[in-house]
This record gives sequence, structure tokens and C-alpha cells, in this order.
Amino acid sequence: MDNEKLKDFILKQIPAADFEENAQYLLAIVPASHIHSISLELKNNPETRFDYLFCLTGVDYPDHMQVIYHLKSTELNHYTVIKARIDSREKPEIDTVCDIWHTAEFHEREVYDLFGIVFRNHPDLRRIFLDEEWVGYPLRKDYKDPYNMIEY
Amino acid sequence: MKEIEEQEIQELESQEYFINMGPQHPSTHGVLRLVLSLDGEIIRKVEPHLGYIHRSIEKMCEHDSYQQIIHLTDRMDYLSCHMLNEAVCLGVENGLEVEIPERVKVIRTIISELTRLSSHQLWWGVMGMDLGAITTFLYGFRDREMITDIFEETCGARLTMSYNIPGGLMFDIHPNFQKRTKDFIVHFKKKLPEYDKLLSDNVIFRERTRGIGVLSKEDAISYGVTGPSGRGSGFSCDVRKHNPYSAYPKVEFREILREEGDCFARYKCRIDEMWESLNIIDQLIDNIPEGDYKVQTRTVIKLPKGEFYQKVETARGEFGVYIISDGMKSPYRLKFRSPGFSNLSALDKMSRGCKIADLVAIMSTLDLVIPDIDR
Repeated sequence: MDNEKLKDFILKQIPAADFEENAQYLLAIVPASHIHSISLELKNNPETRFDYLFCLTGVDYPDHMQVIYHLKSTELNHYTVIKARIDSREKPEIDTVCDIWHTAEFHEREVYDLFGIVFRNHPDLRRIFLDEEWVGYPLRKDYKDPYNMIEY
Repeated sequence: MKEIEEQEIQELESQEYFINMGPQHPSTHGVLRLVLSLDGEIIRKVEPHLGYIHRSIEKMCEHDSYQQIIHLTDRMDYLSCHMLNEAVCLGVENGLEVEIPERVKVIRTIISELTRLSSHQLWWGVMGMDLGAITTFLYGFRDREMITDIFEETCGARLTMSYNIPGGLMFDIHPNFQKRTKDFIVHFKKKLPEYDKLLSDNVIFRERTRGIGVLSKEDAISYGVTGPSGRGSGFSCDVRKHNPYSAYPKVEFREILREEGDCFARYKCRIDEMWESLNIIDQLIDNIPEGDYKVQTRTVIKLPKGEFYQKVETARGEFGVYIISDGMKSPYRLKFRSPGFSNLSALDKMSRGCKIADLVAIMSTLDLVIPDIDR
């Protein structure tokens, strides 16, 4: 499926989706509440078949947060990037996709650990790199650590 | 009498218990702690505990210039240092839309393949040692020495190389480079069959790897297991074939795929991959084009606003650099998709129902490098 068709496909599922132009892959920005349904559809629909989640990460912006999913279909050999927009920075929550792609289990734990985004229905949501007692989420832009970070 | 005995055995309850493997266990190849739930000697669950050498490289990158980031990457997967450097450079060059001279592409490809060979040699030596064969370690390191000598002559470092810069290479190749590489190829083509004789055809080794730690193709895709570990399960994931970069579109080589998905398949994939690497170097070493070894870029590199994803094939699998730039001299956010992290997540799936000794074999064939996982 080429990018235009994919765009129509995602728009049909989520009319509120936004698209970013001039990117390497097709970038779709969707509200966080839709992520599980669109992921399930992208994985199972015979026209899209995105069975390989090769990158999952978070980004912290001043007024919102994003979880970014890089998807590839190994059968049909096409790519897309889904960005789930989470409006709250104080209590960010999103549904897990680790029942759809198993690799998300570790990656979501990493995003939880470093960004503090809570993944609902995740089977084992704990910090993965840092101690359980660690205060704060280091990859957030407003994170302060006077001992380990040098101010520029 | 027999009936009574059977009755007694049934009444004995088995109890699950936990055991810590690592963080200083020799077969974890670094500081990885596994908490094993065991029933007798049967593994019921494996839970990796990470973060012993987490350095938060991604956070450091948010304050560093792109030239500085390159030097951080080879501290992640130190055995595929050149490929990681290359990934960042390709991503930056992609963003700057710089055209790279052919000479650079060819040299980068040759060094990438040499790095892959040296990584696989070390893996092979250590894998044998994990399963109780000391000799393999000596064989692997003997041949690896020749490659590290080539690296040392080329860029001054033996392990963490940092030979790439955005726009090309730090220095031109040494006048001896081609000769020494050719000598190495001649040497290693004689030695590689010995690897097979010593380990692949060994009955004990085969018994310990065949049918152990089976991972199906669907699971390999779902867990994102890439590299030789994924290809051992039949998951065609070679970035060099699917998203060719540098000089890979110009060379002919096979993507090694096997269907079995067990430890032996993963082992054999790496051995066959060494032949393919030799084959690639063979095709390129006499055809290094003349020209510049770098394009002059600005001292302060500022990528345009936007995002760039670059993947390369390291010795362990698909490595991705995801740069989100806001037009400043450092990236707004930089994510490294490390192959080891995803490969490790499948460990639990693969090792359930195996014995502890099998777990060592499974971990060896996954070829984990802990700094790559922890970042």
C-alpha cells in the first residue's frame, strides 16, 4: 500500500488524525484514546498487516507528550509511523499495545521509566533501568539532577 | 510395594523457587541479572533485571553536538562500534542532504564487515567457552587479533573506534590497509572451516543446541528479534538487503535464513554470515575508488527541523537512530533502537521449560552485549 492509500485508511479509522508532510515515512498523529483500536486494525487488516513494531519511544513537549510507534509490514513491505498525542503532562496515560506486539512490553516499560507515561493494562509495569525508589523521570525536559547533570 | 512408592512420589509437592543468575555470572557477558523461577531444574520464568550500566546516553545526546554523539554510540555496542557510528553519520548526512563520495561508502562498508567478522569471532569463541570448550576462545581471539590490528593502524583504536564523522571519515585509510585486509581474508578462509570442524560438528555441542530454545517466526517478528537471531527463525530482516545503505546495493551477497529457530540455527546463521562478510570484502577491497575521504561540513552542524530515522545492520541486528530535530545544534530527542534490548525480551519465551544449562546456550546464541541493552 502506498502512502496515499495508507493515509486514507487511517483517516477512515480516525477522522481526527493529523498528518505531517515531507517526512521519510508517513506520519500520523492520533489522539491517545484511539491508539489501541488503530493498532489492532493496522495489525490485523489484510491490507495493512503491520506485524513488526521496530521502534517505540516517547517525546516530551512543553504542553503535551507523544508516544511514537514505528511500524513495518514484513509481508507487504511498507512503513508507517503513528504518534499518539497525550494532552496531559501531569498524569499521562495511554493504553498498552503489548497484547498486539510483544516487543512493546519492554519498550513501554522503558518509556514509563524515563518519561512517566502510564500504560493501562500493561501486565508488568515497573521501572526497567532505574531503581524503584528513583524520583522523577529523567528524559522529561524539566528534569533536574544537580549531582549527575551539568547545566549548560 | 510399587504402588506405595508411586503414591509417595505423588504426595511430594514440588515448590517453585527463585534463583539469581548474575549480575556477575560469566555467561551473562556483562552485568545482567536474571531472576529464574524454577521447578526443580526446569525454568518456569526468566525475568531480566537491567540497568546496572545505564548511562542515559539518550539524555546526554540532548545536550551534545552531533559530532560528540558519535563518540557516545560506540560505547553502547562496543563490538559493532563502527556500524553504530555509521548509523548516526548516515542519519545526520541524510538530514543535511550531503552527497557522500563513493570512496567513503566503500571504505565504510569494508570496515563494517570487518567489524561484523570480529564481533562474530568473539561471539564464537565465547559461545564455545560458555558450553565448556576453552579452545574456541583461543581460536576466536587469535583471528580477531588480525582485525583489531588493522583497525589500530587505520584509526588508532582497537575497540571503540569512532572512525566516522558526519560527511565521511576521520582519516584516509593507511597505505597498508588493502594488503593487510587481503592477508587476513586469505588467512581466515583457511581457518573458518576449522571452526566448523571444532564446534559445529561436535556431537556434544549439537546435542546441547539442537531443538533448544525454539523461537517461531511469528514470535520473532512480534518480539522484534532481529539480526542472526531473528534470521535463524526465518524472519527476513537484514537491513543490508531491505534498506540498503553505503555500498551494499553494489555488492552481491546472500541473506542467510534458516527455518528451525533453535540455538543451532542461530549459531549456523552467524557462521554462514562470516562467509558472506568475507565475500563482500572480497568484492570491494580491490575496487576502492579514488577520491576524497570526506566532504567538508560545517563545524556546528544544525539539522533542519524534522525527524530522521536511520537503520543499519549491526552484528546483533537492526540498530535504529531516531533523531527529532528542532533546528538547534543538539537534537531535541534522540532514540537509539538497540537490537539487544528487543532480542532480550524474547528470552523468557524461548527458555520456558528448558534447563538452566540450556539457558546458557540460549543466551550465548542471542549474543547479548549489555551496554547495548542498558544504553
